[in-house]
Amino acid sequence: MSVLTTNYLTPTGREEAWRFTPLKRLRGLHNGSASISDRNSLVAKAALPKGVSFTRESLAPLAASDDIIIERIRGAASDVSHLAIAANVEIQEPIFLTRIAGALDSAELSRVRISLGTHAVATVIVENIGDTLLAEDLEISLAPGSSLTFVSLQEFDSKSVYTARHHAVVDKDAVFKSITVTVGGDVVRILPTVEFIAPGGSAELLGVYFATTGQFFEHRMHVDHAVPNAKSRVNFKGALAGKDAHTVWIGDVLIRAVAQGTDTYELNRNLLLTDGARADSVPNLEIETGEIVGAGHASTTGRFDDEQLFYLMSRGISLENARRLVVRGFFNEIITEIGNEEVQERLMERIDGELERAGA
Amino acid sequence: MSVLEIRGLQVSVNTENGTVEILKGVDLTIKSGETHAIMGPNGSGKSTLAYSIAGHPKYTITGGSVTLDGADVLDMTVDERAKAGLFLAMQYPVEVPGVSVSNFLRTAATALRGEAPKLRTWVAEVKGAMEALNMDPAFAARNVNEGFSGGEKKRHEIMQLELLKPKMAILDETDSGLDVDALRIVSEGVNRAKANNDLGVLLITHYTRILKYIKPDFVHVFANGKIVEEGGPDLADKLEANGYADYVSK
Repeated sequence: MSVLTTNYLTPTGREEAWRFTPLKRLRGLHNGSASISDRNSLVAKAALPKGVSFTRESLAPLAASDDIIIERIRGAASDVSHLAIAANVEIQEPIFLTRIAGALDSAELSRVRISLGTHAVATVIVENIGDTLLAEDLEISLAPGSSLTFVSLQEFDSKSVYTARHHAVVDKDAVFKSITVTVGGDVVRILPTVEFIAPGGSAELLGVYFATTGQFFEHRMHVDHAVPNAKSRVNFKGALAGKDAHTVWIGDVLIRAVAQGTDTYELNRNLLLTDGARADSVPNLEIETGEIVGAGHASTTGRFDDEQLFYLMSRGISLENARRLVVRGFFNEIITEIGNEEVQERLMERIDGELERAGA
Repeated sequence: MSVLEIRGLQVSVNTENGTVEILKGVDLTIKSGETHAIMGPNGSGKSTLAYSIAGHPKYTITGGSVTLDGADVLDMTVDERAKAGLFLAMQYPVEVPGVSVSNFLRTAATALRGEAPKLRTWVAEVKGAMEALNMDPAFAARNVNEGFSGGEKKRHEIMQLELLKPKMAILDETDSGLDVDALRIVSEGVNRAKANNDLGVLLITHYTRILKYIKPDFVHVFANGKIVEEGGPDLADKLEANGYADYVSK
């Protein structure tokens, strides 16, 4: 055990990046007061297929970060858990990574790398479970022509604090698709970020989150169109129920002057299921060139549609079941993108359970 | 034998301009196997009658009673009314994004029958109901009413009528927006439900053309929030010839 050094700036909550986050509930991840364990909780759930390796290595970061917690992780941990998928390897079945050995009295600072060689194709599902204090610097490298579906499941128990950056670096003609699901934890703050380093790449950032009483879930995208002819799509859907449930969605998309031919659209929809919950939604599109294919954003926040509930109930379905159907339906569009029935049904049942617990 | 009894029903809605009384004392009795057509001009309150019986929260009952076999319908929640045997085929069925037709139908059947239908017989049941209404099997995988054409929405309503087997059905302008072929197919579905389940039907319509396919036993003319004339099927012929002008000007 050691104690984090406090050489870095400590956020005060006045910074744009931290203005929504309840710093006091971060258990010292942000200011260095958390004691640090040498836990290394991420493991492969099953034997890895040929062409795939999962090892501990010393790796330099792929990309700079201006996030203070990421800086702290990098300052303290040089070893990286590296899942490597070799060039030209195509894997149909998802590769599952899961967590063992969490704890709340000390923090795990985790560095993870997922790398795909040229023309590799894979689906990686990361299951974040249990009660834990975890800060994570997860970097994804997509070589030219590769394709990754990255599923990040925050199925934590109720006390977990998780702060992370999931950063993808997308090379020429590579296809990145992420599905971020946050349905558990006390405080979860994820920065799903993408940078294109050569033309022709595409990134699709999908996500769902469901915060109930007292939970704080923040998802702060950043998509950097720094090269021409890349495409990005963002679609996050959230539901909230119960007193002081709070979600934050920030969609920063930057189209730099050189990024001609960019095609981007971002969407965030929130469903407020009870009073007393709060959804912040801030799309932010910065455009430095007019020579683009398209750029747009939309954000909506609504409540249960009485007409939908009436229609379902007029067929004998109880109010409780009608609400469950509507919420499942709301999330279905994104959840089915995971493409794994077992995971999808598990998440839907978790969502049913959260809904029931919140009494919505 | 079931009886739906509507007595002195008065209904109002809240609008920006205050409370507006729409139904001004409606009396109507429908028995199993009977078909009652309610005809009237737009804005006369026909749809309000339909939605009030089904329990839509927009409408406030200010007087009168509705009973089904003696049970107080107005005291029931919307789902309890369906369980009691009432069905409303809506003029504008609602989209439910992300919920497939097959999931929706199975959830409804489970609620109404008190247990989940056996999967094998259920699949055959749904397939049969869809075939009878000339519906593409791919329809079951689509989201409820999402992107449905007008005709598909109405077929979907009548498919539910056939599958859920209510005692009393209120058909709210089921004929609107249907071409001749779709009107015939949908009407045959209603007639099957009548024949198979001894269904009582309250058929709300503006036009007489659906009455060529679904023969009413009684015709009621609705104007200004109440029934203003009653008769047999020949009353529809009179309306076809003369329109509603006589009733609206009264």
